[in-house]
Amino acid sequence: MTSDAPVVIQVERLSAGYDERVVLEELSFDVRRGEVFVILGTSGCGKTTLLRNMIGLEQPLGGRVLIGGDDVVSAEGEARRRLLRRFGVMFQNGALFGSLTLLENVRLPLEEFTRLNNEAIELIARMKLQLVGLQGSEKRLPAELSGGMQKRAAIARAMALDPEILFLDEPSAGLDPVTSAGLDGLILELAGSLGMTFVVVTHELPSIFAIASRVIMLDRERRGIVAEGKPAALRDAPPNDKVRQFFRREADV
Amino acid sequence: MKKSDHTGGSARLDVEGSGNGVVTLRVAGDLTNATVPELWTQAEAALSGDTKRTVVVEAAGVKRIDGAGMAWLLKVGCRATCAGGQVDIRGLAPEYLKLLERFDLTEYRAVQPLVRQAVPVPEQVGRVTAHLWDDFQTHIGFVGELTESLVRALLNPRSIRWRDLFLAAERTGADAVPIVALICCLVGLVLAFQSGMAMRPYGAEIYVANLVTIAMLRELGPLMTAIILSGRSGAAYAAELGTMKVNDEVAALTTMGLNPVPFLTVPRVLGMVVTIPFLTMMGNITGILGGALMFLTLDYPMAAYFKQVLSAAEPRHLLSGLVKSVFFGLTISGVGCMRGLQTARGSSAVGLSATRAVVTAILLIVILDAIFGTLFYFLGF
Repeated sequence: MTSDAPVVIQVERLSAGYDERVVLEELSFDVRRGEVFVILGTSGCGKTTLLRNMIGLEQPLGGRVLIGGDDVVSAEGEARRRLLRRFGVMFQNGALFGSLTLLENVRLPLEEFTRLNNEAIELIARMKLQLVGLQGSEKRLPAELSGGMQKRAAIARAMALDPEILFLDEPSAGLDPVTSAGLDGLILELAGSLGMTFVVVTHELPSIFAIASRVIMLDRERRGIVAEGKPAALRDAPPNDKVRQFFRREADV
Repeated sequence: MKKSDHTGGSARLDVEGSGNGVVTLRVAGDLTNATVPELWTQAEAALSGDTKRTVVVEAAGVKRIDGAGMAWLLKVGCRATCAGGQVDIRGLAPEYLKLLERFDLTEYRAVQPLVRQAVPVPEQVGRVTAHLWDDFQTHIGFVGELTESLVRALLNPRSIRWRDLFLAAERTGADAVPIVALICCLVGLVLAFQSGMAMRPYGAEIYVANLVTIAMLRELGPLMTAIILSGRSGAAYAAELGTMKVNDEVAALTTMGLNPVPFLTVPRVLGMVVTIPFLTMMGNITGILGGALMFLTLDYPMAAYFKQVLSAAEPRHLLSGLVKSVFFGLTISGVGCMRGLQTARGSSAVGLSATRAVVTAILLIVILDAIFGTLFYFLGF
């Protein structure tokens, strides 16, 4: 559906890892505008490492990542500011500021980066929290919430400035099926109507089938992509054993 | 189309009011967080007052809307319906309209900007008092629990986690040697210098040695060591146990059936209690050596200084200082562990625990020192 949409993220021959341990070798792929791009794979295959490299939190061992044409590692000054405003990130454990209430967490980026008045910021922050189903919990501190609620609040905070791209690290892990389905619906709606781009790291099969317009699957042994395509196509005609195992939930023999 | 700027854009708002209670807001362009601040003020001006009216928003010319734009539309809706009127949004792209329908006007009508309410003074006083009382009770409870654990551990030495104890002893004892030595040396030097200046007119400089020796052995050696250790190790204990608490490691211990107090605090407390007399002893020696450094500048032979030191350094002075230091060590490590285990949730809680550990430890050390001073005086020790 979005094969002719402009490319927003380019990953070029990216190698990533920590010190001596190379986790990913020479990965290349593009993400297009409006896509829900899912990175999947078994635990420990480097999904989160790839994500952290894509948002510039880790220095790649080789290759580069461009978001909207700007290199995430070397961009400086105005280019860096523009780059950081382009995307929002939800970290695996939420990473909410523990000393601020949910509302204050969502307000923070709005207060720092816009000229909106207090009332407008309040309204926007409440709307974002309602979008993720957290109305009524605005005044609570992150520590008072369940893991799933913290995650949803983190998504609301990542969306505060309406970025073009949202990176979500394991958004539905630890969520109940109802909330998880609600979140999937929200992602589809935002991607479909507003043209937002999502890069989602997950290994929740129901969620993958619900939201993904395209997936890549990583593998620990091959240190790279073992499959790429639409999830239903990969499930119905798995190109290799790794993919079959993953989609059919077979254990390693 | 001009070059797309993610945050920028421009918008235009025309207000048309007619006599029959209908206000039309014709909005065009980008409704983004860059343009909304102006639109917000314009809309507020156009819709001021509490008159009942119908607000028509002509949004056919809107190209792009973000969260701020949505909030603006909601605000306009709230303004209209608050006064019993109606809002009619026309020409908005269906996908935006669908998104807007997620929000219920009635829920947002009551939204008031964040205002922090001041707490009245009597309430503050009450809260602080209640908090202090709670804190005091926790102290007593913890002292009891720790004493019980220590007695049990000493009766059954096999139950002590020796590896943790040696690690704690190394970190609080051996690793603290340089800093304790440096600070005590400088304290001794300054003490000798100041008292030397005062005694010089009387020709009594030689008694500086007595003064430095007795002051270091009885008071400054134990006190300085204890203050350094509360900043260094007391805070570290609190931060370490606090992080364990935040990460649910303490909860994991409890569910395994291990009581965190004996398991975590006994090795740390014993580690510090065992090493603090040695550190104090070393602080005493470097303090006296610091005094000697000062003495070099006066025209006395070194031998005279040390002879005077030996005559002043009675065993009771040394002993009273070392006895105190053991109790200081017990206090610092106990308070550090207690504050750590009291840590609430969240990252700022760990910092708070470390701060409270240091403050409480220093306060208790000074109080203890005063009690010991009085006690020793009446015992003639």
